[in-house]
Amino acid sequence: MSILVNKKTNVIVQGITGREGAFHAEAMINAGTKVVAGVTPGKGGQTTLGLPVYDTVKEAAVHHHIDASIIFVPAPGAADAALEAANAGVPLVVLITEGIPTMDMVKAVAEIKALGNVRLIGGNCPGLITPGECKLGIMPASVFKKGRVGLISRSGTVTYETAKALSDAGYGISTCIGIGGDPIIGTTFKDLLPMFNDDPETHAVVVCGEIGGSDEEDAAAYIKEHMKKPVVGFIGGRSAPKGKKMGHAGAIIMGNVGTPESKLAAFADAEVPVAETIDEIVEYVRAKLG
Amino acid sequence: MNLHEYQAKDILAKYGIPVPPGKVAFTADEAKQIATEYGDLVVIKAQVHTGGRGKAGGVKLARNPEEAREKAAQILGLNIKGFITKKVLVAKGINIAKEYYAGMILDRVTQRVVLMLSKEGGMDIEEVAATRPYALIKYPINPTTGLRPFEARELVKRAGMEGNLNKLADVLVKLYQAYVGIDASTAEINPLVITDAGEVVAADAKIVLDDNALYRHPDLTPLREFEAEHPLEVEASNYGFSYVKLDGSVGVIGNGAGLVMYTLDLVQRTGGKAANFLDIGGGAKADTVYNALKVVLKDPDVKGVFINIFGGITRADEVAKGVIRAMDEGILTKPVAMRVAGTAEQEAKALLKGRPVYMYPTSVEAAKAIISMTGGAK
Repeated sequence: MSILVNKKTNVIVQGITGREGAFHAEAMINAGTKVVAGVTPGKGGQTTLGLPVYDTVKEAAVHHHIDASIIFVPAPGAADAALEAANAGVPLVVLITEGIPTMDMVKAVAEIKALGNVRLIGGNCPGLITPGECKLGIMPASVFKKGRVGLISRSGTVTYETAKALSDAGYGISTCIGIGGDPIIGTTFKDLLPMFNDDPETHAVVVCGEIGGSDEEDAAAYIKEHMKKPVVGFIGGRSAPKGKKMGHAGAIIMGNVGTPESKLAAFADAEVPVAETIDEIVEYVRAKLG
Repeated sequence: MNLHEYQAKDILAKYGIPVPPGKVAFTADEAKQIATEYGDLVVIKAQVHTGGRGKAGGVKLARNPEEAREKAAQILGLNIKGFITKKVLVAKGINIAKEYYAGMILDRVTQRVVLMLSKEGGMDIEEVAATRPYALIKYPINPTTGLRPFEARELVKRAGMEGNLNKLADVLVKLYQAYVGIDASTAEINPLVITDAGEVVAADAKIVLDDNALYRHPDLTPLREFEAEHPLEVEASNYGFSYVKLDGSVGVIGNGAGLVMYTLDLVQRTGGKAANFLDIGGGAKADTVYNALKVVLKDPDVKGVFINIFGGITRADEVAKGVIRAMDEGILTKPVAMRVAGTAEQEAKALLKGRPVYMYPTSVEAAKAIISMTGGAK
């Protein structure tokens, strides 16, 4: 068990003939992912990495059973690619591309939510991984060891750091999801916590949040009411000045929304310990799991 | 990207929203000329990328052309919250009967553009939201349908706005069309004025554009004004870096916004203060690191540099090569604390052997080291 992806997940790569797409498709295959095909409009009929390339997701779906798609299409066509996969019936769509126009995401997320049976992760995210089974992302698989901690994060590199620290400490990762740093994303912390709650292989969950928005507050509200497993929190950007965008478009404090104080208070109310360093995350997990 | 009031009004006018006639002046004489042309009461307004212009003396009325020249001379050169006024908008005066507020922003919670509407226009809307939330209507707009005239009419009624219902609703519908049409992230009309004659006019406007979408608006790209930003932020953006100038003394370079933020937090937690936020992004090469060092070290406040790299897509040995080049060229002479993990970590260590660059196994240790080398918070 794990959440969202496992060794049976059949994956297609949209944008497989591009530099990023080809590089990461190969890395995913090397990490054990069952990549079955690629899609690049106009390049149908070619073969890349020994895989067939199709012009459209619909064509790929005729020839393959598809559980998930990962998108490396450049920003101008990225939201369209996500809608293509969703409308072709792919149940899990992971949008890696960064720099997507915000209105494109507003429209795409609204349409995908209306479809009702598709989960979009990202954009501007590192993807997800169930170590040793399926890597549907751009993270370095070597730092993820199979284990029992669920990890969700708004950042890329902080996720890798935390995964490495938890893996080195012997706890390992059940499934890790980087939800992305943009203001409009397909999946938030509170969407994922119930899945971890129900996953018998996940014994604890680490939530790596950051300043901006209210995803951490929403997560804390769910944890307080429903979570049966220990949760450890982290908030990046606690020293950031107000009103300044810190790299992630979503990491900005507007008025009194998105402040570290509000997030710390919400976590405290849900009795979630908040680590100040990545080493402390491991210490809190150790305190919970022994 | 921020637009000036006059640029925002030009856009609103293009979408059919009435704005008072106005022109930009760069000198007091130009302001006088424009005032002569309008031959009536004019308002002179500083065009700077910040709020609070009125309180800072950046907005003045003039009853005749000579007064317009005088007032423009007072405003030009004025320092408003660190922004020097280089141009003024000279706009025809209007007779205000009522002042309302209409704004649109992106709301991450509803994942929609939210229309905000208030009868209490002409003042700081954040204050209205904080002190009299009932006076501010918020309406998430369905991105599939857009804002339709009947919704706009209902909202005008709900807000208790007086005046021509159809004209007010029309402004809201057009404001949303403009918002989507130019890929804005914020579009505000404050105040939205009802004149004595019953006309509906956007007397002031603020627009912020979505940087991600600028590529599809070549007509708006030239409106970007680099002098309005910190010079190092401009230089960094030319290299494709995300850079924010901060007020401490430890230069920070990292990969990934989250890790850079974490590094800033560590510097503060250890008793120091970061001089900047710099994210080199993914897939960084030696040149990237070299360029990042060049940018960070141009800041005279920087006493030392903390490089914190986690090799996901980035190769650590490439980072080391960039550091070595900056040292060999004499750009990097200040203390460096480096922490590199992940891909090709051992190769990086080998390359740096014998160099006065200190590598630390953890971010926490590197933070302690750079603080002690640079003397803590200043």
